[in-house]
Amino acid sequence: MASVTGLSNPRAYLLDNRRFVGIMFLLPALVYILLLVGFPFLLAIAFGFSDVTVGNTDLSFVGFRNYEAVWENNIFRQVFGNTVMFTLVSQFFILIFANILAIIFTQEFTGKWFARFIFILPWATPVSLAAIGWLYMFDTKLSPVDYLLLQTGFLGPDGVWGPGRNLLWLARPALSQVSVIFVQVWRMTPLATVILMAGLSSIPTDILDQAEVDGSRFMRTLLQIKLPLILPIMVIALLFSMITMFGDMTVVYLLTRGGPIDYTRILGLYSFQIGIEGGNLAQGAAMALFAFPLLLALAIVMLRVASRAEVR
Amino acid sequence: MGILVWILQHFWTLLVVGFVALVALRIAWRFRKYGATRAELSYVIRRSPFYLVVLVFCLFAAAPFLIMFMHSFKTDGDLYRRPQPFVYRQEPTLDHIEALFNNTAYLDFIRNSVVVGVAVVIITLILSLPAAYALARLTGRWGERAGILMFLVYLVPPTLLFIPMFRIVVMLGLKDSPWALIVVYPSFTVPFSMWLLQGFFKAVPPELEEAALVDGYNRVEAFLRVVLPLSLPGIVSTIVFTFTLTLHEFIYALVFIADTRQRTLSVGVPTELILGDVYFWQPLLAAALIIAIPVGLAYNLFLDSLVQGFTMGAVKG
Repeated sequence: MASVTGLSNPRAYLLDNRRFVGIMFLLPALVYILLLVGFPFLLAIAFGFSDVTVGNTDLSFVGFRNYEAVWENNIFRQVFGNTVMFTLVSQFFILIFANILAIIFTQEFTGKWFARFIFILPWATPVSLAAIGWLYMFDTKLSPVDYLLLQTGFLGPDGVWGPGRNLLWLARPALSQVSVIFVQVWRMTPLATVILMAGLSSIPTDILDQAEVDGSRFMRTLLQIKLPLILPIMVIALLFSMITMFGDMTVVYLLTRGGPIDYTRILGLYSFQIGIEGGNLAQGAAMALFAFPLLLALAIVMLRVASRAEVR
Repeated sequence: MGILVWILQHFWTLLVVGFVALVALRIAWRFRKYGATRAELSYVIRRSPFYLVVLVFCLFAAAPFLIMFMHSFKTDGDLYRRPQPFVYRQEPTLDHIEALFNNTAYLDFIRNSVVVGVAVVIITLILSLPAAYALARLTGRWGERAGILMFLVYLVPPTLLFIPMFRIVVMLGLKDSPWALIVVYPSFTVPFSMWLLQGFFKAVPPELEEAALVDGYNRVEAFLRVVLPLSLPGIVSTIVFTFTLTLHEFIYALVFIADTRQRTLSVGVPTELILGDVYFWQPLLAAALIIAIPVGLAYNLFLDSLVQGFTMGAVKG
């Protein structure tokens, strides 16, 4: 049909051509994104090989010096380790909680709407504002958590964690790490849950009906039918929240600024502190780039796993 | 005001009593409907662990928000002197909330966030509506590849890009201007909304477009007059989530804008209301809560739609 009208009217032919319209529709977004992300990305690589600072605008090539400096920097190694550790540990808890919550919220129950509103709040609230809430919860003197612990006898002169009246959540090495991971789990669980809910609700109902007819109980349906079927989605959920966490510095920036010493310093924050606050753009960019191969490998592996599981 | 004072002074009691009363009412209602039989009672008991789990998770999620609410109305003496965070020893006050709106740049932050959010939503829709439709219907294999490329772009975190972006923003003369954010934010909102919209477009039966084509519409008209109106609910939820993505963004907003009056909510509130080591807790906590509640409600309202978009985009993509 398109070719018949096309003989007499080339414009109509073009607007009917699937390929042409497809390209025209896709092109603006593609160009904008590639310019906006691709160009800075290349610039980041160029910065990494240069000696650019906030004050000094011209790029002169210095080879791998920045990367060597970064790699030999002991703080950077700890920062890199922190980033990986925080990401992995919080993902572990996020995945467990998200699975439980996704199963809960794909069922019908009284008060579901309100419960869902509450559970979604940590994710809906802008990260920096939620962090303010936790900043207060973990405050050195005012912490309501400490107050509860004091009242229940864990803190104070006779307490197990005493004799102090405050735990100093954000000032002690291990405890500050626990606090940061806790807040990350708290705020990212809803995102993973929502993605898993999408997976659960996409399971064809006839499979579940058949299982019920065959006498499969709740746990068996869950373990042998639902979980294997949503495995690819689970991988996507994992990928999403790992990347989000890896690229986030808001929580540590507001809660600890990386302290005490370097115990909660993570990659994004460190490259911000070196690159922007310290003015050494080149080294900051080189630092951030260290994360890229890791992220790329992660994305490729996970996309593979997800697509393979889908074929099966 | 009188009622607010009373609620605040009995906050935790009210919370517990209210919850228990609601549960009791619900059970009573079931008994009335199905009869207070032994079977019914055992059903209630069997169901209760489930609700207990829900309750625990809800408390876990809500804790900081309850505390935010409780503390927004405390006087300084009540808050700082030998703190007892869970009770009011002095009369609650609205002073700090009034100060937040009158004496700080909070309203400026809100206005800036809204301006940036609306502008970014418009740019995002213009770019991603046709692009998502192309990915969903028009392009074959290479479109699929372009889609995966977009997905990978979404995965490049801001922490990797903010340094060169900062340089570009300075070169363009956009530093300290909301325009910097308006230009840069689509770099993550466009891939996100393309992915979501693609799912909604795939849910439109292709037969409808074919019928439109047979009736003499061309591809573009079929998209504008048939597909777009049918995916309106999906588009609305895409708007909501795109807007909140811009509301959440922190790093670019922190790096690009150093002028207090030009800052957005996510950076303005935690940086401008904290002076060094001095925290003005009541306005800080109130400022956070005032934003959290409406955004939470919007998320909850559009969650089903988001889940649907995810499903169609991910599973059939």
